[in-house]
Amino acid sequence: MTSILKNRLFWPSAILVALLVVNMFTSNQFVTVRDGHLFGTLIDILRGSAPLVLVALGMTLVIATGGIDLSVGSVMAISGATACLLISDLGNQNDVGAVLLIILVAIAVSALMGLWNGALVAVIGIQPIIATLILMVAGRGIAQLITDGQIINVQSRPYATMATGFFLALPVAFLIATAAVVLITLLTRRTALGLLLESVGGSPTASRLAGIGARRITIMVYVVSGAFAGLAGLIYSANIKSADSIAAGNLIELDAILAVVIGGTALIGGRFSIAGTVIGAILIQTLSVTVVAVGVPSKATLLFKAVVVVALCLSQSPTFRQKVFGRFKSRPAVRAEVPA
Amino acid sequence: MTTVDITPETGKKPESPLNPRRRVYRPNAKYIPILATLALLVIMYSSAVANYENFGQPSVVVNLFRDNAVLLVVAVGMTFVILTGGIDLSVGAVISMTTTLTATLLQGGWPPLVVLVLVLVLGSLLGAGQGAVIHYFKVEPFIATLAGLFLARGIALFINQDSIPIRDGMWKAISEYRIPLADGVVTKPIAIIALVTVLIAAAVLAWTRFGRNVYAIGGNADSALLMGLPVGRTRIAVYTISGFCAALGGVLFSINSTSGWALQGSGLELDAIAACVIGGVLLTGGSGYVLGTLLGVLVTGLIQTIIIFQGDLNSAWTRIIVGVLLFAFIVMQRLVTRKVK
Repeated sequence: MTSILKNRLFWPSAILVALLVVNMFTSNQFVTVRDGHLFGTLIDILRGSAPLVLVALGMTLVIATGGIDLSVGSVMAISGATACLLISDLGNQNDVGAVLLIILVAIAVSALMGLWNGALVAVIGIQPIIATLILMVAGRGIAQLITDGQIINVQSRPYATMATGFFLALPVAFLIATAAVVLITLLTRRTALGLLLESVGGSPTASRLAGIGARRITIMVYVVSGAFAGLAGLIYSANIKSADSIAAGNLIELDAILAVVIGGTALIGGRFSIAGTVIGAILIQTLSVTVVAVGVPSKATLLFKAVVVVALCLSQSPTFRQKVFGRFKSRPAVRAEVPA
Repeated sequence: MTTVDITPETGKKPESPLNPRRRVYRPNAKYIPILATLALLVIMYSSAVANYENFGQPSVVVNLFRDNAVLLVVAVGMTFVILTGGIDLSVGAVISMTTTLTATLLQGGWPPLVVLVLVLVLGSLLGAGQGAVIHYFKVEPFIATLAGLFLARGIALFINQDSIPIRDGMWKAISEYRIPLADGVVTKPIAIIALVTVLIAAAVLAWTRFGRNVYAIGGNADSALLMGLPVGRTRIAVYTISGFCAALGGVLFSINSTSGWALQGSGLELDAIAACVIGGVLLTGGSGYVLGTLLGVLVTGLIQTIIIFQGDLNSAWTRIIVGVLLFAFIVMQRLVTRKVK
């Protein structure tokens, strides 16, 4: 029992389950079948959390190497702007092949942005928070230039499918996110890649001396983060069927970092948990949905978020646990630890 | 100075010829980022004067301070935090909380001076709370101040989501007051308040024990602790200063626009960080000057002014040019710090 309680995923999972139970009672339709696919609050949560899951997934890898990627929101805006601009130029916007090609182009552009971040961090040696701040500031300007300051609307059905479509009774956005999670989990936990990431995060110098291509791995995680952010940007813009370079991915970098931290990954790097990140991202989305569902005005969402962040972060801080809960333990037990 | 006298006595005479040369070299390297920013500012200004009619008028420079007063005050607080090696993401949200609260309380008929003191204390308290969480519970500054961001903006949105007009007499009087500087050149009180903040901060960092502690902690917090410096007190103090400056920025915002809005100041934390970086404050902490931050704010302000004078460039270019400048300065800083090592 204590081992379950001590698991770092216990509290986030418990809160998530509690929130879902609340939703089960408050929403009229939690999960039902309508028009041949699943429908209801749970499905909305899964669909709505897809962009955040994708961004947070890339962020987890970056943070595992001891870095941070602030540019994800801007990359989302650039990716959505690129895709919508190209699609709006198409003669037939419902041409599946052309739309797929455009999606690939947009993801490639996003990966290129990640490459830029990675090069700044690994080759020039700039602090990650600053290196990615550059693209965060400039990126939204680039997105505005691409869309010429307008909001580009698209009427492409295949593009909209990315966000609102269903496949095998499940939302396509959720399936895309799941595929990404499975892919990354396999790559990091079934190959040595995860170990190498943690090694670079632990100490780049030591891992370079041990023969690990620390520089290449660092660049790679930023490229992956950029590509996933681009994919998230596509889902976001497909959902609203337009490119909004100001609102797309606004402040998502903070939510993503939060999801990673809730999932138990330390910001100093060297260790990461993909399952934790996924739980964290879904928890954040569920929290926003629940606050509205319970009847609290949506303007209070941020307050709830703040309370959850403070509670979770403090509960994960070993110093806090020792200072607050240490007092309840019997004195001799504490004293016995001192000589050892 | 005393260290120079003591070093030879420790028996390392062969190395002593190196010391004087290093001592001469180091300050120069430290000043390079700030001098580069100054040079850039001068080049930008003079080329703008050459290219645009009326750019040379003194009011252009004077208005630079008026338009960027809020950013300046916030960036000064941020400088303290960054000098200790931390970061404060909550400043923009504290501004929105302050403006919303100020406008709401003034609407409710509270005495303006009480409101002023209350919001400034509230901002400082929030900063102090963040500092305490960072120091005592070893939570990353990034996460602790992120929680502060959510909390402050949450409070602001909770109070009121709409823009609230301020009709208070004192606020209006300060807002409409003009200080004549020269023939036809006037400025607003908020610009003066911002400049005074810069001067006080520069003096505190340069000449007080607290200022030296800030630099010491930024250089190496563990060493500072072993030296017996009050690390905890100083660290909490810098976040308190940052919270106070953000609240003051919010007050200036509410004076300038005579309104309060929960979305005011969003994204300002990153503008402030960018201004610090352009001004040569190292994000690893321990190196930088408030005057550099002032130059950083002026550079971004000047870019905006030039874009307004140009007329046919849209605001997207401001972001891109600031990004390019950030890049240039960071690479330069990187080269400079590498040389010093």
